Amino acid sequence: MSVHITSPQFKQNAREALADQPLQKALAKVGPGFIGKRAAAAEKLPEFEALRDSARDIKNHTLAHLDLYMERFEEKARAAGGHVHFAVDAAEARNIILGICRDLGAKTVTKGKSMISEEIGLNDHLEANGIQPVETDLGEYLIQIRGEGPSHIIAPAIHLNKEQVEADFRRVHADLPPERNLSEPTALLAEARGKLREKFLAADVGITGANFLVAETGTSIIVTNEGNGDLTQTLPKAHIVLASIEKLVPTLEDVSQLLRVLARSATGQEMSVYTTFSTGPRRAEDPDGPGDYHVVILDNGRSGMLAGQLREMLRCIRCGACMNHCPVYHAVGGHAYGWVYPGPMGSVLTPSLIGVEKGRNLPNASTFCGRCEEVCPVRIPLPKLMRHWREKEFERHLMPATQRTGLAVWSFLARRGWLYRPMTRMAMAMLALVGKSKGRFSKLPLAGGWTQYRDFPAPEGDTFQAQWAARKNVR
Amino acid sequence: MAPNEQRPVSVGLFVTCLVDTQRPSVGFAAVRLLEAAGCTVSVPRQTCCGQPAFNSGDRTTTRALAEQMIAAFETFDYVVAPSGSCAGMIRTHYPELFVGEPDWMPRVERFCAKVHELVSFLADVRGVTHVTAAYDGTVTYHDSCSGLRELGIQAQPRRLLASVEGLTVAEMPDSDVCCGFGGTFCVKYPDVSNAIVEKKAANILASGADTLLAGDLGCLMNMAGKLQREGRTIRVRHVAEVLAGIGDTPPIGQPKPQSVEGRKS
Ligand code: SF4
Repeated sequence: MSVHITSPQFKQNAREALADQPLQKALAKVGPGFIGKRAAAAEKLPEFEALRDSARDIKNHTLAHLDLYMERFEEKARAAGGHVHFAVDAAEARNIILGICRDLGAKTVTKGKSMISEEIGLNDHLEANGIQPVETDLGEYLIQIRGEGPSHIIAPAIHLNKEQVEADFRRVHADLPPERNLSEPTALLAEARGKLREKFLAADVGITGANFLVAETGTSIIVTNEGNGDLTQTLPKAHIVLASIEKLVPTLEDVSQLLRVLARSATGQEMSVYTTFSTGPRRAEDPDGPGDYHVVILDNGRSGMLAGQLREMLRCIRCGACMNHCPVYHAVGGHAYGWVYPGPMGSVLTPSLIGVEKGRNLPNASTFCGRCEEVCPVRIPLPKLMRHWREKEFERHLMPATQRTGLAVWSFLARRGWLYRPMTRMAMAMLALVGKSKGRFSKLPLAGGWTQYRDFPAPEGDTFQAQWAARKNVR
Repeated sequence: MAPNEQRPVSVGLFVTCLVDTQRPSVGFAAVRLLEAAGCTVSVPRQTCCGQPAFNSGDRTTTRALAEQMIAAFETFDYVVAPSGSCAGMIRTHYPELFVGEPDWMPRVERFCAKVHELVSFLADVRGVTHVTAAYDGTVTYHDSCSGLRELGIQAQPRRLLASVEGLTVAEMPDSDVCCGFGGTFCVKYPDVSNAIVEKKAANILASGADTLLAGDLGCLMNMAGKLQREGRTIRVRHVAEVLAGIGDTPPIGQPKPQSVEGRKS
């Protein structure tokens, strides 16, 4: 399911999300589920902070020499018998993949979890061309049968609860006995397994993402907790890896460092259950594996980020820690962000990929509390990068007129102390007088956003500076 | 008080626009605390550090306000603000505004190194270990985000609060999670901000405290406003007021005159 862009309606999305009771119930588990586990995992590893530094440095180094590592990866992957394709944009990537599937006469493809596939709307494109894609990650399978996009980058169906899944399974798996018991999560899991097993065996092509592409060996690496990625890539005739340019890493040694921070940051695991390395297609002596191995490397606007301030965003290893710790994400969930990537990382990345005009709400919808940056394993300064977008928005006059005017009036005053002081003094005296009896306001003109939900404390009276001047008679 | 230096040091008090306009008592509390810690306090004419402009993407205004701020305060030994958010804005973000300007940079860096948030200044720079104040109540302390994450303020206010006679600290769950204020965020995205402050209010109440304290007036106004809209009686004050023993002003959002102070509610 490709995701229709609703980021411009973030406010509306947020309101709906806040009123959605099942969603709120699911979201209440995000914080407690992830935060404590990550903290415990970090605590247990004395060198965790040092590893974060080195993870950042590895990614910085790679990005500084990306062309070199890209060439090296291509050379090594080819030498191992693989094919490497470069796609400038989403359309090109979709068509390359469709072409490979057609050449093999593919009817169905199984898919491991891939955010890039969501980004380029691959499933819709395959379906429109008569090829049936089947998501094999449980979360992705759930959202596929519901026709939804992911709401989290590592837990795509985190917005759902058990009852919703049961209802969906009864609706979609209509061939199974209706009286079966699906009240336990294990029963749901077993049913999904059974259904997916048939698909694994029938698939002609397996498509996965990649957590890393290793330049020195031409290897693609995926980490999963379900093992679905392994079946996806070893059983069919061909394995297609779909990855964006920032997945490159120089060496296996570098990968081992990054893996040590990835799972700990994501789920608090020391390692994910499965970490799978793929280099080329099946060799003569291999017991299994795909006959063909393709890597499609997608740019889709990323090389443009390399040159500017946003380069730091390309360090992202998609662990999800930033959204797991985000108060805004906890409140509204991933779908409210209106495109593929939610949370703080999405608030930086989305405007780069869909344009700041459509994505402008996202970097604004942050309190800048800084918790994302505090936990990001590759130390991406997410608030700073969101502020970068706010600067672009300001430069291009994209801010709503009322906000811009308010800001201009305030700036004008703040830059002119001689005017600011008497003006604020007068305003405060007035407010203090009106608010005296209650000590606060439940309604204030021009402050509806505040007083809709909270009282506004009345000021004490005269300003500090005026009182101080009266006491000290400062110059 | 145990200031670790004998020579009086000069402190320029950056009172912050919110304290200046909304709650001057916090400014006077800061003066009292700084003087007790052996500082000579001055209040140069001031407006704002520029944070609202900075976070709205208006670099030009931010830069102008930063220059104004530096000119007004750079002659003091230290610059102290009763706000982690404003002190953090200056210390961590001012240098970003002058990148690539060798004429400015050394001056900006010299200036930024002198800027401190009030409570951490007292504890870390002046070596204050206890205050002479009394407060009859159980307080819970909210860690405002910028102070916590940009300046590492967490233990200092709790340590000093522990020295206040009659005061008990009761921690709330998730004291280090944002209250949903976020400057202009709270009016740009009122629904989301409300959802966040609702959770915060529930955590505050769960502490069982009768008083909520924090080091940033913006967050305090947000939390006080929410608690009062919900009809809660918990008192809300800036931490400096309690540390300075100023109990004669009503709590945030409460009318004068009230004699509920100093009694458990
Ligand atoms: S921005 Fe950092 S924390 Fe967020 S997903 Fe990427 S690597 Fe993880």
